[in-house]
Parts: sequence; structure tokens; C-alpha cells
Amino acid sequence: MIQLTINGQSQQFEAPINVTQLIDHLALHDKRFAIERNGEIVPRSQFSEQLLVHGDQLEVVVAVGGG
Amino acid sequence: MDNLVIAGKSYTSRLLVGTGKYKDFNETRTAVETSGAEIITVAIRRTNIGQTADQPNLLDVLSPSQYTLLPNTAGCYTVDDAVRTLRLARELLDGHSLVKLEVLGDPKTLFPNVVETLKAAEILIKESFEVMVYTSDDPILAKQLEEIGCVAIMPLASLIGSGMGILNPWNLQIIIDNAKVPVIVDAGVGTASDATIAMELGCDGVLMNTAIAAAKDPVLMASAMRKAVESGREAYLAGRMEKKLYSASPSSPVDGVIAQTLGDKKIGPKSA
Repeated sequence: MIQLTINGQSQQFEAPINVTQLIDHLALHDKRFAIERNGEIVPRSQFSEQLLVHGDQLEVVVAVGGG
Repeated sequence: MDNLVIAGKSYTSRLLVGTGKYKDFNETRTAVETSGAEIITVAIRRTNIGQTADQPNLLDVLSPSQYTLLPNTAGCYTVDDAVRTLRLARELLDGHSLVKLEVLGDPKTLFPNVVETLKAAEILIKESFEVMVYTSDDPILAKQLEEIGCVAIMPLASLIGSGMGILNPWNLQIIIDNAKVPVIVDAGVGTASDATIAMELGCDGVLMNTAIAAAKDPVLMASAMRKAVESGREAYLAGRMEKKLYSASPSSPVDGVIAQTLGDKKIGPKSA
């Protein structure tokens, strides 16, 4: 069991997952978004390589209206 | 052509608009289109986990292929938050490096924290961002931001969202006179005449959001702002006449006015 903090919310996963699997889990695959893991950008090219571990802090962001 | 050039890219519109506070995406799109703006600001925010499936996305409505998107750091009060937000924005927008930096100092006034703004700008410029920077109307700070490599200086006219117009045209004038990069008034414009005055002062552009979005008819105000910015720019380029309080000079010929005489009877002013 691992615990990830995603946008400030705790979520538990049965087993370690990579970023691609996280994107699927969040139903984000057809969205335009960006991910930061523990303060570092995760480039799209590394989504399948980066295995998330217990305690990881993730920020998943999109563009919204703003001035 | 009289284009606005920022970081080597040329734009025909000198009006930059935000995309916040509209009632829905349809109104956002219509107002933006009507404004004629080519550069539009967007905010970067956490996605709603678990509620994203069918939500429309701003970028589906305002495509990055059609507009130059300017991601901002609205809501950031620290160097770290601002820098992280723009790194995320660059990833989100496929390496796009033109950004709007603002580091706020106070939630009540949204005044910029200029010390932190300078620090954040330095970091971002080292990382090859092209930084358009929101700042106070302090001419010394504006110059420093330019010297460290910001591609546009964006002083406030008055507080963000206040609609108070240009409170210190003299400071803006000094900033404009000293700057070699575009100066864009950002924040505080309330109505069309404010935008025109900014452009008449010699600003290179005006950035606004609330003035359009909070108008009773945002699309009509977007149209007004487009004309206001164009008018102000043309008046600036044309060069206004000198102000002369006591040397009134009529536009029509002084001689040959028929009303001055009628036969032999003078009916005009006695001195004439």
C-alpha cells in the first residue's frame, strides 16, 4: 500500500504506480495538464518511467481563466 | 505597420486581455474575439481530482494555436510558488516560454511584492523564460526589471480589479521615457477612456480583465476597449497639440464674418 498526496488530497494505492497509470486513474489522459512531483516537473516523456513512491507529493494543474 | 513587438514576436493588437471572471466559456470566447487581442492571460490551477471527466477546458475554447497564451502567477505570494507555477505552465503549454510574472504582497490590495518579484524574475530569466513582469509604478524598479532581462514591464495603473484608472500618469510617463522594452499598463483600467489615456501617454499596450468581464455587457466593452486602445495609440503617434490656457485661437478664419456689419449699422461687438 502506498500513499500519495495529489493536489493536497491523500490517496492510497494498492501497489506502486507510474505516472501514466496515475493519469489513467485520474481520467486525465485526453486533457491538457502538467504534473509536478515533489517540486520537480515530470516531463511527458518520462510518464511511463517514473514510478511513484509512498509519500510523493504531486501537483496536477490545468489552465483556467485568469487575468 | 505599427506593431507591438515583445520578445521578437510581432503583434498587431496592443490590447492584451485576461480570461477570468466571465459567466461562461462562451462569453469568454466572444469577448476575447471582439477585443481583437492576440495575447491572452490564463491562470494555472490544480485540477479538480475526480471531477474532470466532462468539464470543458479553457484551452478547448481559446486555442494556443490561435492566441499567444500568457500564463500568469496570480495568487502567488512567494518566489517559489511563482517559479513553480510557471515551470508547470511551460510544461503544460509545450515549452512556451512567454509568461506573466506577478508576486503579490498583500491579499487586501494585491499590491506586488517588488523585492520578491525581482528575485523570481532573475530565476526565471536564467531558466530562459521570457518574462513580462507586473510591478508597481516605481520607475527605478521598472528600470531594474528591464536591466535583468524582463521582456516587458507592466506597471499597474491602480490596484488589480479596482477599476480606478490611472492614478499616477507622471510615474508612468517616467517609466515609459526610460524603458527600451515595451511598457504595458496592467491592472486598474476601468473604462475605455482609461485605456486611451494610457496609450496617449505612450504605453505600448494595455492589459485588462475585470474592466471587460465585470462590465454589464462584456462583449460591448471589449469592443469599446479595442477602439480605445487604437484611438489612444493613434493620438500618441499623431502628437497632440500643445495645451494653451490663455491663447485661444479660432479654427475658422477671423475675417469675413457676415454678422459683423449689416449695411452701415454695426451690430457686432463694439470693439470689433
